[in-house]
Amino acid sequence: MSSITMVQAVNDALREEMRGDDDVVVLGEDVGINGGVFRCTADLIDEFGEERVIDTPLSESGIIGAAVGMALYGLKPVPEIQFSDFIWPAFDQITSEMAKMRYRSGGQFTCPMVVRTPYGGGIRGGHYHSQSPEAYFTHTPGLVVVIPSDPYDAKGLLKAAIRCEDPVIFLEPKRIYRAPKMDVPDDDDYVVEIGKAAVRREGTDFTITAYGAMVAVALEACEKAAEQGWSGEVVDLRTLLPLDEDAIIQSVTKTGRLVTLQEATKFCGFSSEISAIVAEKAIDVLEAPVKRVSGFDVPFPYTLEHVYMPHADRVLKAIEGVMTY
Amino acid sequence: MSSTDMLQVISKNGKAKRGAEPNLPKKTLLAMYEAMMQTRLLDERMINLQRQGRIGFYVPSTGEEAAQVGSCMALDDTDWLFPSYRVPGLFLMRGVDIQHLVANCFGNEADLCKGRQMPVHYAFAEHKLVSISSPIGTHIIHATGLAMAQKLKKDKGISAVYFGDGGTSSNDFHSGLNFAGVAKAPVLFICTNNQWAISVPIEKQTASETIAIKGEAYGMPGVRVDGNDVLAVYDACKKAADRARKGDGPTLIELMTYRRGPHSSSDDPTRYRGNQADEWLDRDPILRFRKYLEVADMWSEKQETELIERLKAGINAEVKKGEAAGQPSLETMFTDVYANVPPHLREQYENLVRDEGTGHEPDPDAAFPL
Ligand SMILES: Cc1ncc(C[n+]2csc(CCOP(=O)(O)OP(=O)(O)O)c2C)c(N)n1
Ligand SMILES: [Mg+2]
Repeated sequence: MSSITMVQAVNDALREEMRGDDDVVVLGEDVGINGGVFRCTADLIDEFGEERVIDTPLSESGIIGAAVGMALYGLKPVPEIQFSDFIWPAFDQITSEMAKMRYRSGGQFTCPMVVRTPYGGGIRGGHYHSQSPEAYFTHTPGLVVVIPSDPYDAKGLLKAAIRCEDPVIFLEPKRIYRAPKMDVPDDDDYVVEIGKAAVRREGTDFTITAYGAMVAVALEACEKAAEQGWSGEVVDLRTLLPLDEDAIIQSVTKTGRLVTLQEATKFCGFSSEISAIVAEKAIDVLEAPVKRVSGFDVPFPYTLEHVYMPHADRVLKAIEGVMTY
Repeated sequence: MSSTDMLQVISKNGKAKRGAEPNLPKKTLLAMYEAMMQTRLLDERMINLQRQGRIGFYVPSTGEEAAQVGSCMALDDTDWLFPSYRVPGLFLMRGVDIQHLVANCFGNEADLCKGRQMPVHYAFAEHKLVSISSPIGTHIIHATGLAMAQKLKKDKGISAVYFGDGGTSSNDFHSGLNFAGVAKAPVLFICTNNQWAISVPIEKQTASETIAIKGEAYGMPGVRVDGNDVLAVYDACKKAADRARKGDGPTLIELMTYRRGPHSSSDDPTRYRGNQADEWLDRDPILRFRKYLEVADMWSEKQETELIERLKAGINAEVKKGEAAGQPSLETMFTDVYANVPPHLREQYENLVRDEGTGHEPDPDAAFPL
């Protein structure tokens, strides 16, 4: 065990997988000598050299397209997109090529690879360094979408993603890149299974679904709700696609009330899917309408970021709503 | 000139190459010098504000003043400019009040962009300075499209777009030049080759011998210019602008310089290039132009001191004005998403005010890491 940040956890996962498998390569902007602008690929170039840790020209479609080609050949590329806000030039490569290769070729070709990219707000980055793009990817069949909420999961899920047979979009919540630290196993074989949610706090009165940096906000809101005598359960989704529906239904069946939490804009957001699934499969257990807490349906602002970002008091308001319905 | 030669007018010691000097009156030359100095001093002041924690982020252009001032001087005020985030000199040249730049960096209610973008992402429609976007390269094709529109409407104006060496790898660099070549659009592609894209050196950006040479493949001239020589920059851009205005189409201009400072206030360049930047200190564009003016008897030590004092005082006064405003109102988060605020946004705004009031304190711990 070592006590590490999420950045270190990502770095460790990459290093361990690269040591264990010569086919794993890292590519992206500034990932080499600079070690990534967030330091996630720090020092990898020293150990694995320029051929496996590739500083690419400034082109996201180039990075992902080249990775697709490498994956077709049999390598295991782990491209980094510096900020998820800059992923859009690669959208075609991701959604038309990477995601559909297996299906369109009748399973003859595949491109297992992991697209790592920091996402989310809370760092005063304005709208081009803060957005949460998960719903664009969860709308695409063929993609696996993973979002860790702490260093333990970041390492275990990234290692699992690199070993996964399908292409993975791995979104890293940059707001919690450096805090808090956590004990993470050093063991090479430790992975966190993709497709499984985790209950972060058990409760009986209401459920909050969250992922990424919002898990901590959900937990904080539950503390506040406890002061009013309401017992909250927090389900950390961890993998958005394929989604652990059972974990959500199980929790809502126990509590009867659901608040969904995400940073992304609300309309057609990932939480809307959760609320639709619960409506389809478990509406009879609900004692109050579902409440969605999210960013507002506006581009991510700069100065007013602290207003835009969902915070514990805003979640508490929604909890009050479902508890007093 | 081929696209691998480098155009130069002023040599290192300040002497002009015979016959190479553009024909500019003293007044213009001094105005160019002043704009370069103002750009340098403004950058220094803003970096200072950033270090003091008064603004969140800044992108310095130290060492790239000749590229900004020389090119902008070659254009008319009616031409449209598509700036990058590293060309504050363009805004000064076009007469934007420094207090507006400062307000943008503070993201306060006086900011014309209403505090919605990060510092240095300016937009001044009145001066035909189009809104700066963070994603690299996206604006290159916009400049082409705008120039196609100018041509269609028989507008006398042209357009010019500024981007870096990194930007030449973007998809929209390719589309931008390709479309412009085919359409013979009146546009100048001005690439400031400062040899770095954050930590990635130019050799890893392109295997081309030069950036200018890429123009040929798109059917346009490519010229390579000493970007630390303001007169050479002016001369190349003026010729390209005249050409575009005459209907002869676009030009790719590569301005060779060096990014002397960090990529931004969040970057530590010693991590990837040691002290290499020091080698460029004596190639400073301001120093070079000053020598030229002194050799030509147009400038003195006394004038230099007076200019710096005057500019500093002006900048300080404007910073005060720009900093004075308060935070943008909550309403500004919901306006300008559409021409009119649609019902779902009105509802979200009203709920926000009802549930949380209008007072909000910024998070003191938030800091931008790049
Ligand atoms: C599409 C896109 N990818 C990545 C980034 C992150 N980024 C910001 S600036 C930069 C380097 C740009 O280098 P260059 O074009 O040479 O301009 P310079 O910073 O040197 O002026 C990178 C990679 C971005 N802003 N946009
Ligand atoms: Mg550059």
